[in-house]
Amino acid sequence: MIGAPITRREGRAKLLGQPLYTDDKILPGEIRGVTVRTHIPRGILKGISFGEGIPWEEFTVVTAADIPGKNLVASIVHDQPFLVEIGGTISHPEQPVVLLAHPDRSLLEKARRAIRLDVEELPPVLDIESAIEKAQVIHGSNNILKEILIDKGDPGPVFCSAVKVVEGEYRTGAQEHAYIEPNGMLAEVGREGERLTVTVYGSLQCPYYVHEAVKQLFGLPGDQVRVVAMEMGGAFGGKEDYPSVNAGHAALLAWKSGKPVKLIYDREEDMAATTKRHPSRTRIKSAFDRDGLLLALDIDFVLDGGAFVTLSPVVLSRGALHAASVYKCPNVRIHARAVATNVPPHGAFRGFGAPQSLFAIERHMDVCARELGLTPLELRRRNFLAIGDRMSTGQVVKETVDLEAIVSRALSEIGYEEKRRSFDAHNSSQSPIKRGVGFSVFLHGCGFTGGGETYLASVAGVKGLPDGRVSVLAANTEMGQGKTTVFAQIVASALKLPVDMVDVWSADTAEVPNSGPTVASRSTMIVGKLIEDAAYGLKQSLIQQGLLEMTYTPEEFREAVKTAVARHGSLKCYSQYHKPPHIVWDDTTYKGDAYPTFSWACYAAGVSVDMVTYEVKVDDFVAVQEVGRVVNPMLATGQIEGGVAQGIGWGLWEEVQWKDGRMVNNQMTNYIIPTSVDLPRIRVAFLENPHPAGPGGAKGIGELPMDGPAPAVLNALAHALGPIRLDEIPMTPERILARLEEADRG
Amino acid sequence: MDDHPCKHGDGCTCHSGVSRRGFLGSITTAAAGIAASGTLTAAPAPPPEKAQPDEPVKLQLSVNGRTHKVLVEPRWTLLYVLRDQLGLTGTKPGCERGECGACTVLIDGVARYSCLTLALEAKGKEVTTIEGLMKGEELGATQRAFVEEDGYQCGYCTPGQVMAAEGLLRVNPRPSMEEIRHGMSGNLCRCGAYVHIFKSVEKAAVLSASEKR
Ligand code: FES
Ligand code: FES
Repeated sequence: MIGAPITRREGRAKLLGQPLYTDDKILPGEIRGVTVRTHIPRGILKGISFGEGIPWEEFTVVTAADIPGKNLVASIVHDQPFLVEIGGTISHPEQPVVLLAHPDRSLLEKARRAIRLDVEELPPVLDIESAIEKAQVIHGSNNILKEILIDKGDPGPVFCSAVKVVEGEYRTGAQEHAYIEPNGMLAEVGREGERLTVTVYGSLQCPYYVHEAVKQLFGLPGDQVRVVAMEMGGAFGGKEDYPSVNAGHAALLAWKSGKPVKLIYDREEDMAATTKRHPSRTRIKSAFDRDGLLLALDIDFVLDGGAFVTLSPVVLSRGALHAASVYKCPNVRIHARAVATNVPPHGAFRGFGAPQSLFAIERHMDVCARELGLTPLELRRRNFLAIGDRMSTGQVVKETVDLEAIVSRALSEIGYEEKRRSFDAHNSSQSPIKRGVGFSVFLHGCGFTGGGETYLASVAGVKGLPDGRVSVLAANTEMGQGKTTVFAQIVASALKLPVDMVDVWSADTAEVPNSGPTVASRSTMIVGKLIEDAAYGLKQSLIQQGLLEMTYTPEEFREAVKTAVARHGSLKCYSQYHKPPHIVWDDTTYKGDAYPTFSWACYAAGVSVDMVTYEVKVDDFVAVQEVGRVVNPMLATGQIEGGVAQGIGWGLWEEVQWKDGRMVNNQMTNYIIPTSVDLPRIRVAFLENPHPAGPGGAKGIGELPMDGPAPAVLNALAHALGPIRLDEIPMTPERILARLEEADRG
Repeated sequence: MDDHPCKHGDGCTCHSGVSRRGFLGSITTAAAGIAASGTLTAAPAPPPEKAQPDEPVKLQLSVNGRTHKVLVEPRWTLLYVLRDQLGLTGTKPGCERGECGACTVLIDGVARYSCLTLALEAKGKEVTTIEGLMKGEELGATQRAFVEEDGYQCGYCTPGQVMAAEGLLRVNPRPSMEEIRHGMSGNLCRCGAYVHIFKSVEKAAVLSASEKR
């Protein structure tokens, strides 16, 4: 079953338009909610006034003063209020202040506009530089949300003695998730005497994050809060931490109005007010010997975290841990900081900090190759990590990694050498089109960073159903990545059953245990392993009860489950994550095994640039990766293609334009995501190398494809355009023009 | 915008095969206008002025071969009436301003954005939604092709993609790959399932041809 390209289980229903996404679900008597937000980046809220001409008595109005529990969103650090209170600080221009509910949507919209906020403005901090320079102090004593230092060897002296030192600075912009289904929540509050129960249905990746947030908001015990993940129309990290906020809002309105409340963001609000990928600035100083061997790396990695801590510490951590990438280097210093600014908090986005630092190092390696007079391929291959080598945290590479094989496959697939030659010839002609080919090599850590998985101690299970089939119990959500199908395949494979004998329970906190969030490429590898173990446990228990022989047919298994369920009322088996003893991690010194394992890849791109309009076309794209064993090649290919599309978009077109801390191009007509005509043929290949930590040998896959496209495309652009400063993404036509002019001026 | 690339008018999903950037280039003035209003007002751009609750009007709406008698306000979009009045939630809202294609339906066999079409405009016409493509208990050819070729991930853009594909195949039963890419360019898929969507449309063409035979 593992390895079979079976179609998704939800296929038929999805093609009939049957699955219920949040906005499709209707609770009797439900009314609508909206959010009134601040519109200045920084200040003090002095008062709220309700304008004339609105029948306010018909409205449910919630302000911070109404909140029954804590007015803080549960997260790593509790510093973000659900609503700004009067006298409180305004920290970014999209901060929620008032919530309104009413049955009539158009009246609701009018009411939203009729609310005036009385504010005292303060000077804001709007970018990384002003945050570091402490132009204003808006967080702690130095605007630093989180700081990490990774140290290996002693780079300092090496820079004085090395044959060649190359320095560079690289920047990446914010990226909007632009899932096609905007954020949405539907909440209802039940009252039995004194006992309150809050239920939230929504578009969310992590039911137990929301569960925690709602508990704290109302001051309720866990069994009085239920969170149900509805069908989800895309997330990519954008529905990881934000749903704790809007779920709380919907629940407050439902609680105060006594009616179910649906809170659906429109596109503009979703794009402007919810999280985006962290903008970054990376400075790299590298030292090489005569043969192009890397001797020292000093990396200064900064993320713009936005107004609150939210997930920045973990995004920063992953970024820092990927900063030295696939290269062996004896002396490394990585100084990573997430800084506070007065923009909406940046959050999780596929790749989680790694695409930012990997963009920098992969672009830098091409720059270094040029400086050293080596080809990009030769410089890299002289420095590739191999089994037995130590990474920047001291983690020893314990499995065979054949980067050479991965790279050769990608380069021969795209015809790299051939293209290099023919494009060079072409580019020396007078053609108004310049062509280039380039590539990137990278890795992606599977599962949570450092001690994350140990801390989570996730639980997942398998349950026998009365009809003799089994069901997977896990809180992981389906967002199009294929989790439902893959989980069924893993359990079917473990129990040697046809896949239709395995059901996958939906993520409802009333039914499934906390198997952790659906993030970090962990569902298949970490949770998949838990359910595989639970499935073995279930089988074992049937055998011990004498209901099943060691070898059995699916029919015999079905009968055994039926009997067990009938006899005991239920049959469940759970498995909990335990850190394998050989994994050692120290969170204070950042030393040890940062990840249980890594996926490895090489992506190559062919591009052409129109020298009149500076438009870039990606003509060809090859993605080769080693992700352990591939559970479902059809779905895995789709994941890679989708990530590549987002990666190319981030590298070339997707520019968030800011004004006073607000996104001003918050529409799909001026925030440009790739369409069907913008993308090349994407050729995907997997080199298999089963890994013992994953179910059936599988590793993580979901985030990897976000890492490689932007540097591959920019390296190809560098081939096409020569040595101009291609150090920032998105590399829009405007930026290309500016860089060419800069080069002309010398 | 008198150089609108096609003659289908507002609500048409056909961008006539220009890339999004190119497409935007051709409507820069309009887009700039929208962007400017977005930055000037505190909240998102206001709805059109006549958003007063208008007098409801009786409308006979033919959807998926069934006639529905509904009372609609003239300002209501077809998307709103399909979802909120008729309970046909297969058609999805993604932006409600003609930017994403999630709400695509067929009106008299032509693919249209239902968020840019007033319900009243559908009077006397046949509306087809994702719920109306079944052949008895069987999935229609296009639906089947999307399942078999994995032409979706999260599935949210999918009803719109399928309806756009249906529209395309009705005009051009054997489209080339280029025609498919262009014909589908009014429908965004953020999961980036495009490659699989193209394969699905190719397969749908084959399946419906063999069904007709
Ligand atoms: S909802 Fe109609 S085009 Fe986006
Ligand atoms: S399948 Fe998710 S947006 Fe297209």
